[in-house]
Amino acid sequence: MTEQYDSMKEVFTRGIIKDNPTFRMVLGICSTLAVTNLVSSSIAMSLGTTFVLVTSSLSISLLREFIPRRVRMAVYTVIIATFVVFVDIYLKAFYPEISADIGPYVGLIITNCVIMGRAESFASQNRPLPAILDAMGIGIGYSLSLLAIASIREPLGFGTFLAYSIAPAGWQPWLLFAMPPGAFLVVGVYIWILRSIYSD
Amino acid sequence: MDLLTILIAAVFTHNIALTYFLGMCPFVAVSGNLRTAMGMSMAVTFVMSLAAAVTWPIYHKLLVPYDVTYLQYVVFILVIAALVQIVEMMVERTSPFLYNTMGVFLPLITVNCAILGVTLFMVVRDYSYIESLIYSFGSGIGWGVAILAMAAIRERLRFADLPEGLKGAGITMIIAGLMAMSFMGFAGILNVH
Repeated sequence: MTEQYDSMKEVFTRGIIKDNPTFRMVLGICSTLAVTNLVSSSIAMSLGTTFVLVTSSLSISLLREFIPRRVRMAVYTVIIATFVVFVDIYLKAFYPEISADIGPYVGLIITNCVIMGRAESFASQNRPLPAILDAMGIGIGYSLSLLAIASIREPLGFGTFLAYSIAPAGWQPWLLFAMPPGAFLVVGVYIWILRSIYSD
Repeated sequence: MDLLTILIAAVFTHNIALTYFLGMCPFVAVSGNLRTAMGMSMAVTFVMSLAAAVTWPIYHKLLVPYDVTYLQYVVFILVIAALVQIVEMMVERTSPFLYNTMGVFLPLITVNCAILGVTLFMVVRDYSYIESLIYSFGSGIGWGVAILAMAAIRERLRFADLPEGLKGAGITMIIAGLMAMSFMGFAGILNVH
């Protein structure tokens, strides 16, 4: 079953807002909630996830004729896990501080349901070019959501943005926003706003 | 660290759902009613304990001696996928009752990041075998406590007059935020990190 879309442009752009993985489909939110207390971790996580999305979508699309249907999930998981190992080794080698901040959540890119979702519903049924465009669109949508959350949480929680102090003198950091409850509240409010604007 | 501390930390103060955000997709998706939440949390607790029991020896007796620890992600996820498959077959053959209550949730669990997350945290924190067993079991119970509380709240919410955009995922997130805040209150009973 190949889904029909008007054009390549549509395939690319719908992931950014209309099918935004975080706020519209509410997928892959474990990592989203966990890393967004710092803008720098969010950027690293966005790039890592987008890289894994694009490379695994391309591989799965190229191999789509050869993967037996019964074991397809296991095959997708192995492909995704392999690219995640690349990201993990790269971060450890070049950005050890960010790698320490994110910790085991890099490994959890494997179980990010956004990636598995795209593999199952799009890459496995489409040619490589649309598969890459779709993965990039979804990756950008995911990255923008992370940035949107982090740029509220880091300033409110620590009074900084990308570790630069931006708070006015005498500002008392609102630590709750750097901690887990803040993550849930910010994401909840974003979902509310976006669902009110683009009601189904 | 003594075992009771690890258990209490895993269930309350460092709850994997509310402080580490693990297993959030099913947390949002199946917390709509109590029965399904119950089945899901049983399945998660069972598979989580089993996964830790199997991956610990693999990591410490196989990956570490041969210096291939960078393979842990690939190996762990494969082990978890295989375990889930085996458990599903066994439950289906042996107990129709168990299969009906928790078996239907098993296929979803391979991509539940709570399972993989717990095995990765177990490695990062350098737990011994017994500590890992206690930690994984406690984490499963903790995840269950959180999702059952959420399901109970959401069943009541059916009668609440919510704005259209807030229904479903939106309000679940906000309640989870409030629950996380109240779970932070448990922090006083222990002093661990």
